[in-house]
Amino acid sequence: MADTRDIEVIVNGESRVANVETRASLGDFLRHGLGLTGTHMGCEHGVCGACTVMVDGEAVRSCLMLAVQANGHEVTTVEGLASADGSMHPLQEAFWKHHGLQCGFCTPGMLTSLTAFLRDNPDPSERDIREAISGNICRCTGYQGIVDAALEVAKTMQKGS
Amino acid sequence: MKPAPFIYHDPATPEEAVALLSQHEDAKVLAGGQSLMPMLNMRFVVPDHVIDLNGVAEISGVIDTGNTLEIGAMTRQCDLMRDPGVNAKTPIIPEALNWVGHFQTRNRGTVGGSLCHLDPSAELPCLMSAYDAVLTAHGPDGARDIPFAEWPLAYMIPTLGPDELLTKITVPYWAAGHGYGFVEYARRHGDFALIAVAALLETDGDTIRRASISIGGADVSPVRLTAAETALVGASLGADAFKAAGEMARGIEAMSDAYVSSAYRQRLAATLVERALIKAGECATGSA
Repeated sequence: MADTRDIEVIVNGESRVANVETRASLGDFLRHGLGLTGTHMGCEHGVCGACTVMVDGEAVRSCLMLAVQANGHEVTTVEGLASADGSMHPLQEAFWKHHGLQCGFCTPGMLTSLTAFLRDNPDPSERDIREAISGNICRCTGYQGIVDAALEVAKTMQKGS
Repeated sequence: MKPAPFIYHDPATPEEAVALLSQHEDAKVLAGGQSLMPMLNMRFVVPDHVIDLNGVAEISGVIDTGNTLEIGAMTRQCDLMRDPGVNAKTPIIPEALNWVGHFQTRNRGTVGGSLCHLDPSAELPCLMSAYDAVLTAHGPDGARDIPFAEWPLAYMIPTLGPDELLTKITVPYWAAGHGYGFVEYARRHGDFALIAVAALLETDGDTIRRASISIGGADVSPVRLTAAETALVGASLGADAFKAAGEMARGIEAMSDAYVSSAYRQRLAATLVERALIKAGECATGSA
């Protein structure tokens, strides 16, 4: 018999109740349990960064956390970044403008990582941004568009504050 | 669904966790999960029981006792980096943690988890070796203190009984104004180091009064360069003394693997010991 637990997780602002196998990763629970397939599972050992989500606002690898460990916590996935009316998050806008993606596989992890990073580091240098995404592997863009997008959002955020 | 099935336990206290460890034969302790979870996902480890410490609040957080820094085993690496007291009194700790994985893994990764995993090239064991930290383990018969020098038993195996739990790490403070340097070389930033070096210096004017040098990544566990430490005490701060200390690292035992030879690791150790000491010398403002 599978070892299961009842959990309640706030996902993108909405309470989700589920019975999960205790060995299920948070990432697999989001994708298979909740149908939130925006979170991409890549290497599944914490190296590629594609599965990054925010748990209580902090960027973490969803392949290295069990779903049961998210019980009672708040999770934000890439689906939770855009506004309720469908308008994109400034970072998503900037990725689009600067061609910060091609195949899109790494993009959810890039966006969640950079959202958390820019909140805590509103005035980053280019080097800081490159270090922040050093744990997110992209094989298409060469990172330049991603870095440009993050730098632009940081500048806009400062003007706004 | 990648890990093989296991029974999950989430104790609320260290005593409960120890009791679970005593009850269950094939149990693994889950701390931050940044090493164990990959091993579970890949099925390199297939335990019958997983004991999750993330609900054990009392072994998380830091306490400044005046002479020492007490770090709860479940303290997250990111929290240590942000702590103002840690930054003021043990600045080499945040400096070294910058090299540990990436900010997303430091958000989950714990101090105790890294020390128990005991990867030969991990930064935290190297640091704790430099500090002669004392590790406290809880077992069915109570707690015992283990000096870091006695902590590594073998390759990636700490001297911890099957029913014992690491709960606390005690780091003795060095004098205010001590110098510190942490340097490493890895093929990619955030990757495991080929060689990592932690250096601490206490000075009186230009004279070195106390020195500690620990090398990670060379052997199965961190190596203290005691001969160089002894030679440095009483010497003047400066390039000659640091170069000579570096040269002493050239003779250390060093592993070889598919990527680099032991001679390369020895050569790297010599260079990095010198660099770590130069950094430490530059920031030592004198403790007299």
